Amino acid sequence: MAMVRRLLGLHERLSVVDVVLALLRIGVVVLVVTGVWATLNKGTFTLKAWESLAVSGVALGAVYALIALGYTLVYGILFMINFAHGEVFMSGAFTAYYVAQWLFLSGFLAQNPVVAFLIVLLVAMLVSATIAVVLERVAYRPLRNAPRLVPLITAIGASLFLQNTFRGLYGAGVKAYPSWPMFTGSLHFGDVEIRVTQIVVFVAAILLMLGLYWFIERTRTGRAMRAVSENKDVAAMMGINVDRVIMTTFAIGGLLAGAAGILYTLLFNQVLFSMGFVPGIKAFTAAVLGGIGNPVGAMVGGLVLGVLESIGPYLLLDGFNIPTPNQLTTVVAFLVLVLVLIFRPTGILGTKDAT
Amino acid sequence: MQRLLRWSATITVLLLVLAACAAPGASPSSSAGGSAVASGQDPTTVCAADPFGCVKYGPTDPINLGTSLAITGANSSLGLDSQYGVKVAIALRGKVAGHDVKETDTDDGCSADGGTTSATQLKADPTIVAVVGTSCSSAGIKAAEILSASGIFLLSPSNTAPSLTDPASHQPFYARTAHNDKIQGAAMADFACTVLKVKSAATINDGSPYAQQLQQVFADNFKSKCAGTITTQEAITVGQTDFNSVLTKIAAGKPNLLYYPIFVAEGALITQQAKQTAGLEHTILAGADGIQTPDFLAAAGSAAEGMYMSGPDLAFSGTFYESTFIPKYKEISGESAPISVFHAHAFDATNMIFDAIEKVKLTDAAGNLYIPRTALKDAIFATANFKGITGNLTCNSDGDCANAKISVVQVKSGKYVRIWP
Repeated sequence: MAMVRRLLGLHERLSVVDVVLALLRIGVVVLVVTGVWATLNKGTFTLKAWESLAVSGVALGAVYALIALGYTLVYGILFMINFAHGEVFMSGAFTAYYVAQWLFLSGFLAQNPVVAFLIVLLVAMLVSATIAVVLERVAYRPLRNAPRLVPLITAIGASLFLQNTFRGLYGAGVKAYPSWPMFTGSLHFGDVEIRVTQIVVFVAAILLMLGLYWFIERTRTGRAMRAVSENKDVAAMMGINVDRVIMTTFAIGGLLAGAAGILYTLLFNQVLFSMGFVPGIKAFTAAVLGGIGNPVGAMVGGLVLGVLESIGPYLLLDGFNIPTPNQLTTVVAFLVLVLVLIFRPTGILGTKDAT
Repeated sequence: MQRLLRWSATITVLLLVLAACAAPGASPSSSAGGSAVASGQDPTTVCAADPFGCVKYGPTDPINLGTSLAITGANSSLGLDSQYGVKVAIALRGKVAGHDVKETDTDDGCSADGGTTSATQLKADPTIVAVVGTSCSSAGIKAAEILSASGIFLLSPSNTAPSLTDPASHQPFYARTAHNDKIQGAAMADFACTVLKVKSAATINDGSPYAQQLQQVFADNFKSKCAGTITTQEAITVGQTDFNSVLTKIAAGKPNLLYYPIFVAEGALITQQAKQTAGLEHTILAGADGIQTPDFLAAAGSAAEGMYMSGPDLAFSGTFYESTFIPKYKEISGESAPISVFHAHAFDATNMIFDAIEKVKLTDAAGNLYIPRTALKDAIFATANFKGITGNLTCNSDGDCANAKISVVQVKSGKYVRIWP
């Protein structure tokens, strides 16, 4: 036994937990490989179908990445998960619906669609940023020194509060955005057909992420944010206004979430008071998947989660002849989270503390 | 300190006891006292003999009719439309058994949870004589169970799932004036075979009893009547927004027709995404009565153009509908046209209940009105040749009272146009 251990490079005694985890690892790998091989063998989907699923996964993943950035930035500074961020995402998109509807009815949208789109985008971003800042001021700042569990519960409470406030303000019905005339149709890249909306979503998300990167790396406020996330007290001693920096972080998270809201409506053009809850949780999953506290991790996690959600259920389960695997999309997404937390808790790219 | 604690404990217990005694539903609803009318039956004995007792109203109390309809949320037009039908019936009827009628409205949420909540709410009020509802079959299954256990009659203008009137699962105090989906599924299959002449179809349901059972009836009839093939029967979950994967899977089977008898939110998204899915460009899209509402057209936009929908036939015979009902509907609702398809069924359901009340009512010398619950149920089930807007209604022992006629409409230029039969 000792020989085997030395051969395998194990220096400690194997505990039951280690054995179980190792078996679990092997089991998961076997299941995944079998499922994928069986599905590809069964051939329900053509390569073109997989490609189009992957493309829509990337587009959705870009939206998740933008929302995940909000989670990750706040965690980096305050070490708390802002569970109300999904509602921040919803508030911008829902409020901007009324602006879009007004522009559509007045004919402005038909005449100047690009300007109208930019107006709607701006309104969404500003509303989301405002809600985020108000949230920080009212719900989180008084609890800055409380034990970690308290702001977490407050966040959940704030999420419910915002959901129902917007339900009361705008009604419980589903509202549909008017369609944007310049975003119709699709482009062909070789064999793959990509819709214009998907391209717009992806490009916009990349631009926003680059903008965030430039902001954090090249501006003074960005430097202050990095300093506060490294060590709040020393940053305060260096003359940085910590409260202002935290407010700016929430505002930036809000701006990104507002933009994500409009991009989400490009893909699925309905808004509803409860539309923020599930994307919020999925974006949190994406942030953890990529490494919580790490902005690049949030982006990578978002894209990975989007693709996994799109392709995963059918790729893994169709081979086992499980009917309607698409109903298990959320299950697959969270299963990935659970597995990542078991086997690599710091996420794909590692958390802020690990880097 | 000890004395203070003891005092507060005593007072708390006293308050709890008082609250329990004063809670509604704690006092029995059966009749008490009052000398009986010599002619006819003695209310005291009848009500004592009735397993569920009587609803008692004082001489000037209004009769309390409950409703449980989907009045909020994505399907609110379905529920509000039925509710307006009830209001028109009450307005045009005037007094029932010499009493005014008032409504107690609740929301069925178009879900099992909503049905449970609304039924529990209504059951707690002992003055409710009967309930018009629910809108959605998912709510109806739960609500019928709860209300039947308390002897409160539930008459649905909108539930269509076959299981609600199946002898194996039918609740005793439940009936409906809406059609049974066994008829709608068969009619849609007939339309697909004879008019659209399609050879293959795929279906999508959202897991609700209504959608699941309707698409199954359609699939069975499609296979048997025109030897068509069902390429796949898929399911989605309510609240889902991304249907790319399921639509891609359906496109792989190349169906001629895609039938998704679901509700507004998911239906609109599927319609839009189906138009964008490669492989479904030539597939005909079709839905059912859950999406026959202007809300769906607003949500789906131009993607819904040319789509077919099965639903109850609104081409009613006689002039009452056009000349009396619709103007009153517009006056009460403020809408320029009915917003869904079950308003006439709700009107008929309300009047059926009122007719049954007139038949079984009892009064005593003091002028109190007693309505025995089981007798009311028997009277409603005994309805035969009731002249309603939706036709001559006769209830069978399983609770199907409808004169079921199904029609198919098509979306043309953003409006529903009846095209068949």
